[in-house]
Amino acid sequence: MTTNPLPAALSVNARKTGAKKLEVSSAVLLAVLAVVAAALILVFMTIELRGNLGYILPRRAIKVGSMILVAYAVGMSTVLFQTVTANRILTPSIMGFDALYILLQTVLTFVLGGQVLLSMPTPLKFGMQVLLMVAFSLVLYRWLFLGNGKSLHLMLLVGIVFGTLFRGFSALLQRLMDPSEFLILQDLFFASFNQVDGTLLLVAIAAVGLVTVPAWRLRREYDVLALGRETSINLGVDHRKAVTKTLVICSVLVAVSTALVGPITFFGLLVASLAYQLVPKFKHATVLPVAVLLGIISLVGGQLVLERIFDFNSALSIVIEFIGGLVFIGLLLKGSLK
Amino acid sequence: MIEISGVSKSYGSQKVVDNVTATIPAGGITSIIGPNGAGKSTLLSMISRLLPMDAGGVAVGGLDVTSTPSRELSQTMAILRQENQLSVRLSVRDLVGFGRFPHNGGRATAADKIHIDQALDYLDLGPLADRFVDELSGGQRQRAFIAMVLAQDTKYLLLDEPLNNLDMKHSVHMMRTLRKMADELGKTIVLVIHDINFASCYSDNILAMKDGRLIAQGTPAELMHSSVLADVYDIDIRIEEIDGNRIGVYFA
Repeated sequence: MTTNPLPAALSVNARKTGAKKLEVSSAVLLAVLAVVAAALILVFMTIELRGNLGYILPRRAIKVGSMILVAYAVGMSTVLFQTVTANRILTPSIMGFDALYILLQTVLTFVLGGQVLLSMPTPLKFGMQVLLMVAFSLVLYRWLFLGNGKSLHLMLLVGIVFGTLFRGFSALLQRLMDPSEFLILQDLFFASFNQVDGTLLLVAIAAVGLVTVPAWRLRREYDVLALGRETSINLGVDHRKAVTKTLVICSVLVAVSTALVGPITFFGLLVASLAYQLVPKFKHATVLPVAVLLGIISLVGGQLVLERIFDFNSALSIVIEFIGGLVFIGLLLKGSLK
Repeated sequence: MIEISGVSKSYGSQKVVDNVTATIPAGGITSIIGPNGAGKSTLLSMISRLLPMDAGGVAVGGLDVTSTPSRELSQTMAILRQENQLSVRLSVRDLVGFGRFPHNGGRATAADKIHIDQALDYLDLGPLADRFVDELSGGQRQRAFIAMVLAQDTKYLLLDEPLNNLDMKHSVHMMRTLRKMADELGKTIVLVIHDINFASCYSDNILAMKDGRLIAQGTPAELMHSSVLADVYDIDIRIEEIDGNRIGVYFA
């Protein structure tokens, strides 16, 4: 065999520059996505701008603000959730988190009465719901995610059973409810981007900001947690504490997105899967913002296309759920459920 | 030195590990052998704080594993379990780089790079360093994970069935590498291992478990006797001395 040192040296060099290129492209990817997202937001705010600007602009700002916030909450909660459970298929919505939020809201309306809820100031009402959500999700889910070698199949099954149980119980209470109370409740659920209340948006921004701080500070631990429970304990990460913190963070984020637009099952899966495909090197410092930006692009862009080109108004969630559902089936078939 | 005192674990009414007390000396390779369900892996999990114990205590290099902060332990002891499924797509170099986390908290320094390169070289992973872990064969993947715990640069290394899924050639390579790590780098290595002959040829010390209890402990010369192994495995094992190693023959 003859040895030829030159190509070998070249290939080493090529590999080195290749690696460097990857490093750069994380930043480039973020920049490109940020520019696209900003451009879409700008177009959304200014397209066909006629008439009373003082009326139209704030309305559009609330709409675009709530879309950004939902993208942020869903993208972040999905990625963090998948990291601490070390899987790529389960998401908070698939595990029944938003069904739990709906159930809590139904129970509150049932116990306190719709009028009391309506007259309560938004921050108080939302704060109460978030606290309940955090408490219940800790009680219901913590054991599952702390467990020793709990299989993905078990978690998926528990998620489906919990989701069905919560939805069934909500439906039962809603049937027992006074019709006028039910109307109030329905108003809360079927909120869409077209009718978000400005105060709620501000409260939601505060809540999201509050949980972003601990999540961002844990970003390097999250890189380790994605390797699985045992490897992360070996590397000195406090798995119990991290899972508990992340459950709290995810509960708050799910509460925010569900309060703003109601339950959306597959959106998180869609943006998280895309983000994992796009980032060249798996680091939460990159994956989290990429997932959020992809969410903003698909929500604002999708809404823009549907409203302005197809003249539809509220079909965006259906389209997103459809595509997200396809991704879910694709992931299952690809055999990630090992 | 690893001191295990009165450690127990039960699942329901089933005692998986029953009041085990032992001392594993510092340096060299210690193998834990025994039939399926003897509690070997459970004991190793408790030593490495992956599993809380019901009773008793363990100290690794003087650190109590229940009360010492996890981060501090991770600089003294590394554990590798047998199934290592990754849900994340990582290159071999990045995986090995995670071994530095206990020391750098995720912020890589120049010193870390030296450790990573050394670990890669030690397990002959240089040419594979930029490949993705999920593209590797079982044996290569096993080596990548061993390189990760080697980069962790700990005095104590605990491995649960490191030969699992490896063919004869790779098993021998793995055991030679572990022997080298014990001799050259002065590591204390504890293995759970099924093949008594590998345990006999490569260990300094063997612990034999059965039904959750420790029933024998000693050097391979002391332990590799038909009478002892018959107690452990309930089968007749003839012992032959070949090239200075005591080999058990039990295939027929």
